[in-house]
Amino acid sequence: MATGIRDKVAVLGMGCSRFGERWDKDAEDLMLEAFDECLVDAGIETSHIDAAWFATAMDEVNVGKSAMPLAMALRLPLIPVTRVENLCASGTEAFRGAVYAVASGAADIVLALGVEKLKDTGYGGLPQRARGVTNALFIPNLSAPGCFAQLASAYAARHRVAPADLKRAMAQISVKSHDNALENPRAHLRRKIDIDAVLRAPIVAEPLGLYDCCGVSDGAAAAIVTTPELARSLGKTDLVSVKALQIAVSNGQEAGHNSWDGSYVLTTRRAAERAYAEAGIRKPEAEISMLECHDCFSITELVTLEDLGLSPDGKAWRDVLDGRYNADGAQPCQIDGGLKCFGHPIGASGLRMLYEMYNQLLGRAGKRQLASPRLGLTHNLGGFPYQNISSVCVVGMLA
Amino acid sequence: MLGIAACGGYVPRLRLARRAIVEANAWFNPGLRSHAAGERAICNWDEDALTMAVEAARDCLSCGGLPEVDTLFLASTTLPFLERHNAGVVRAALALPEHMMTLDITASQRAGTSALIAALQARRGRPGAAMVVAAEQRRAKAASAQELSYGDAAAALVVAETSAPIAEFLGAHQVAVDFVDHYRGQHESFDYQWEERWIRDEGYLKIVPSALRGLAAATGIDAAKFGRLVIPTGRSAAQAIAKAVGAPPQSVCDDLAQGVGDSGAAHPLVMLAHALEQARPGEIIVVVGWGQGCDAIAFRAGAAATRRRAAGGIGQSIARGVADSNYMRYLAFNRLLVQEQGMRAEADRQTALSAFYRHRDMVTALVGGRCTRCGTPQFPATGVCVNPECRARGEQEPYRFADLLAHVQSWTADNLTYCPDPPQYFGMVVFEGGGRMMVDFADVDRETIATGAPVRMVFRVKERDLRRGFVKYFWKAVPGRAPAEENGGDRD
Repeated sequence: MATGIRDKVAVLGMGCSRFGERWDKDAEDLMLEAFDECLVDAGIETSHIDAAWFATAMDEVNVGKSAMPLAMALRLPLIPVTRVENLCASGTEAFRGAVYAVASGAADIVLALGVEKLKDTGYGGLPQRARGVTNALFIPNLSAPGCFAQLASAYAARHRVAPADLKRAMAQISVKSHDNALENPRAHLRRKIDIDAVLRAPIVAEPLGLYDCCGVSDGAAAAIVTTPELARSLGKTDLVSVKALQIAVSNGQEAGHNSWDGSYVLTTRRAAERAYAEAGIRKPEAEISMLECHDCFSITELVTLEDLGLSPDGKAWRDVLDGRYNADGAQPCQIDGGLKCFGHPIGASGLRMLYEMYNQLLGRAGKRQLASPRLGLTHNLGGFPYQNISSVCVVGMLA
Repeated sequence: MLGIAACGGYVPRLRLARRAIVEANAWFNPGLRSHAAGERAICNWDEDALTMAVEAARDCLSCGGLPEVDTLFLASTTLPFLERHNAGVVRAALALPEHMMTLDITASQRAGTSALIAALQARRGRPGAAMVVAAEQRRAKAASAQELSYGDAAAALVVAETSAPIAEFLGAHQVAVDFVDHYRGQHESFDYQWEERWIRDEGYLKIVPSALRGLAAATGIDAAKFGRLVIPTGRSAAQAIAKAVGAPPQSVCDDLAQGVGDSGAAHPLVMLAHALEQARPGEIIVVVGWGQGCDAIAFRAGAAATRRRAAGGIGQSIARGVADSNYMRYLAFNRLLVQEQGMRAEADRQTALSAFYRHRDMVTALVGGRCTRCGTPQFPATGVCVNPECRARGEQEPYRFADLLAHVQSWTADNLTYCPDPPQYFGMVVFEGGGRMMVDFADVDRETIATGAPVRMVFRVKERDLRRGFVKYFWKAVPGRAPAEENGGDRD
């Protein structure tokens, strides 16, 4: 009988590069930038690392395939290294591999590192990616904003929300993240905007405008995990531990069966249910202190707030407008600026979310510091609403 | 009784105003100004001779109750493949049996009428039915007279021995003369034309009358009895031909020049389909095909001639046109313009032909699966049922979605992805009776798309691999109910 991951693994250290258009840096430089901070924070040497998990999604424009780019960039000591790729949820997938390795007892100290170098394509937005020879025969001519935009039409239809009201709530989501990023020196987009600017922006995919879409960034983030016992033996006293780590992957039901109405993300609901059970959380709307969700688009954040059980179905748009998820609200969301403004270097994003939760829990978040957060949640989504990978992770202080 | 058992047609929705062409080009050739009247049918970026052929054939077959089609002739001079059996693509898209005769007939503007004659002659005394489809998307140089006069269209006819044809076959006569009024060499994109006055005097007015006299001799029907005379040579030449052979002037049918344009090898059959929709029982209908000689075919309209032949029919297809005055977009669609399309257009569009072959029914015929245990339709068909309550393995039977109605569950207009006519509209459509798919929309705009809106499926170009000359086809959703339903009398 599985007992879950709760409190079996502690975070020994974390690091995160500055995100943005890092024209002068290779992916390898970004890996080292995140790793060096992580190593100092953990207080160990490279030689102490027993194994590593490496996340990178877009090998077409990035470092290529396999785990070798990480091992070579960091000159890891010929240890096991695994590359994982689960679209935009790759970072959390790398973290899961590292956490499971420690929890199993197979390794003592394990590195998870995610990186993405997106700004070598020559154009804006995510790179074109191959979808497989069979999929290429019939799947629509789509982009990520086009797929996520459809959450809006389906959500508005299901909950009978006037499109203008929904658009305004979506705008507030982006305004809030821009406000939060002003206090984050590592964020990609640090500029205050207002709702009118969001509403006036050119449309990318109806109804998503430019400011409804997250930044496309270069960056890397890393975590080193170990057992609580080993962490203490290394002199650590305040320990952040993993309370829950769940991933749910679509099996084609949403895309192929009429039980899904397109207004929510089914996998997020499943992953959240399991994560709350694993962490012993009964009332997430009250117990979760703060969260970083996968706000690739404003509508994704809005729908996710319901999928995570933080707002009642059909009510997130009101909660957003009422300020519930602002920095000074009941459940601050994207306190570091989120994908929207911190940026979205795909393989790094899941670990970047954890980096903020980790620093907040340890009281190290500087001007962004929230008052005594207890539990932080990260939600990392890969793919499109109709078929995706959704991961939910909960972290908190180890008692 | 041997004859035409069904007919249908397809004219693409866009109608380019000739004035737009003239205004853009009259600085170079002021003579174009005298041809500024009316509009011409043009393919959308995702239509070509094959997609139009499929839609015309579907329209024709929609009347139902036909003998089994065991032969398919496809006539066109603008087929997308010089080598790859084009009629085979049409057969597959129609989900007709693999064990049947299919044939491409090409290289002359007479291809349509010659295909019809061949089908009729081969069918005599045999059960079953042959389908003749003619479709043409004619390219012309910017600022040419042909750019103004050509039009894109398709027609389909089913010929069979049947007790009540909509038109009984009376006879045909064919003349082959190497009269080169225009030609297109093997590696050329455009036709090369000789002088119009010579074509009229030495061609139309000599060769067509001789063919019609031959027809009269073969059938014993005097030209004075002609009720409807289909001549695709332009109105004034057609009148002169009618006069020369003694046919009543009022028998000369509308050549559809004002609203459609000259659709080449398809045009005699497009005009015939149009004439059949209006014919009175017993009328003699004569069809002329022109091109390095002349075909002439005589029919007698059957008792059923006044009934609606197909769900849509060529008349409805013509009536559904949408005015377009964007000449630059027409040039871009037809690759007559060196246009910056952005780096996203550079993505490699190679087709894995082995994967395509494995999935040919899915891709070309829109066949998914239906679980025989729980009855759930699903696309694509897979080894495990998509129904979370079922999950039966290996229990799916082929299930065709192409003719099912659907509605829009969610949609977007995507400006980021590369599309020859941005934005790219796509979304989730849910089929009546079950099943769904995320699919591209075609012939759609901000006014016609909405959550809950009805859509139907059409065969279209998914993308063109211009690097390798391949065309990838799939199905798309277009707004509106099936034409069959629109015929119910309560059209929107």
